[in-house]
Amino acid sequence: MPSISRDEVAHLAKLARLAVTEDELDLFAGQLDVILQSVATVGDIATADIPPTSHAVPLTNVFREDVVRPSLGQQQALSGAPEAEDGRFRVPRILGEEA
Amino acid sequence: MTNDLIHATAAELAAKIHSGEVSSVEVTQAHLDRITETNGKVNSFLHVDTEGALAQARKVDEAVKAGETVGALAGVPLALKDVMTTEGVPTTCGSKILEGWLPPYDATVTRRLKEAGVVILGKTNMDEFAMGSSTENSAYGPTRNPWDLERIPGGSGGGSSAALAAYQAPLAIGTDTGGSIRQPGAVTGTVGVKPTYGGVSRYGLVAFSSSLDQAGPCARTVLDAALLHEVIAGYDEMDSTSINEPVPAVVAAAREGLNGDLSGVRIGVVTQFQGEGYQPGVLRSFQAAVSQLKELGAEIADVSCPSFDYALPAYYLIAPSECSSNLARFDAMRYGLRVGDDGTRSTEEVMSLTREAGFGPEVKRRIMIGTYALSSGYYDAYYGSAQKVRTLITQDFQKAFATFDVLISPTTPTTAFKIGERANDPMAMYKADLCTIPANLAGTPAMSVPSGLSDEDGLPVGLQIMAPALQDHRMYRVAAAYEAARGAFGGPSL
Repeated sequence: MPSISRDEVAHLAKLARLAVTEDELDLFAGQLDVILQSVATVGDIATADIPPTSHAVPLTNVFREDVVRPSLGQQQALSGAPEAEDGRFRVPRILGEEA
Repeated sequence: MTNDLIHATAAELAAKIHSGEVSSVEVTQAHLDRITETNGKVNSFLHVDTEGALAQARKVDEAVKAGETVGALAGVPLALKDVMTTEGVPTTCGSKILEGWLPPYDATVTRRLKEAGVVILGKTNMDEFAMGSSTENSAYGPTRNPWDLERIPGGSGGGSSAALAAYQAPLAIGTDTGGSIRQPGAVTGTVGVKPTYGGVSRYGLVAFSSSLDQAGPCARTVLDAALLHEVIAGYDEMDSTSINEPVPAVVAAAREGLNGDLSGVRIGVVTQFQGEGYQPGVLRSFQAAVSQLKELGAEIADVSCPSFDYALPAYYLIAPSECSSNLARFDAMRYGLRVGDDGTRSTEEVMSLTREAGFGPEVKRRIMIGTYALSSGYYDAYYGSAQKVRTLITQDFQKAFATFDVLISPTTPTTAFKIGERANDPMAMYKADLCTIPANLAGTPAMSVPSGLSDEDGLPVGLQIMAPALQDHRMYRVAAAYEAARGAFGGPSL
């Protein structure tokens, strides 16, 4: 199973929105490779006929009546915001980015 | 007097407070003083809420004076793992990304504790976002094991268990995703319980791996854990995975166990969890526990659960996969840290810089492992296969529980290791959870009760007891009977 390259780690970090450093790429490439090789052993016993389990408790959707009830107010919801303005979260620019 | 108060059990303290023999304020102050005196050495508390604790204590004292009926643990102090939200009180999850955050709401567990009159002393240290087995992954420095300050207190809930062992609190709350309540319990000589999945609400428990995370009680005695279990457990409509069933009668079961009779109880010893890689002193302690359980009347035989050998790899795919999704919420936009927003950078760049600065190495490793395991082309081989292993583990439990009432094993393969010893070797660190993970994957309850000290290093060892889903009371009965037969094994000198 995998030998995970430095470039692949850089790609994963980008997907995961982690601006990792060059040193971290070296460190993580080695460590992820060891971990992934070790966990790949699940393939040894996971044959096609076994149904997967995603959750210990078999649940379908849980519904409740659609009624208005108390919830966080605007001030509370914004209380932890790094920046807020006019009762809204203030965020860096989202337009003009590369596609 | 102070010494008596900090060494007493929660049940004893509750009786004294409710009879008016001692006030909750006195009990709370004794524990606050103990924290002041010892936290510099142990680093179990990240935040101490002196005012909030004393205010709650005064409220209970007034209610007692007025002759009102109060909850079974009203007035008794507790240490809360810093992964549970507390309105207006810092909640960091051991991470820099949440430094200074004041949650706008209480977790259901927090709310239930407050409503029951329990006194929350403060928030305890943990591996960042509950990812780790040693509490070394906390951004706020490691917690130290009160039995030996050079050693780890287990993880991720090392702060909660160390607080119990250091007599800073008689009760604590932990959360257990792969063993984070039981493994710290084992290496600190305290009791730790992971209830049936869905037994305790996850609302306000900052999510790591949602299909595995479960909050539970920690204490120095089985009865204390049972009393706390009944305070926090029960259906909650705010958690869609909460089970709408009556709470197992764990207090009654613990009291029944204390009469010391386990006649007719069938106990299976999991053969996968012994042998190579297990410390001889841990195995000797385990064998001694098996002999004592036999003397109490239990019928004991070996049981093989072959798929348990694959629990560790399955866990280290499922948990990182779910965490890579759950931790996407830390986006530097709505709460927590924001780094690099100088007016020139895009949202995505600010997000990436913030997550890079705010997360520690273990969290980054797991997010990337999860991102890899869920990516197209690898999904079937990794995440898909891990889910199939989960099915096999559940089936092995079902087969075993057809013959046995409970299963037992050592809680951990070794006693507490030295701080730094496994820090640069993730796979060695992960092996601390070898015996605890199957119960998380199957959603079944499991607990660790101390089996005394290892004869080779004098450090605590844990006996793990596992039961079928919603049969939590079975393990409390066995644990309480065993605890009484085992007797006292001393405590750390700190």
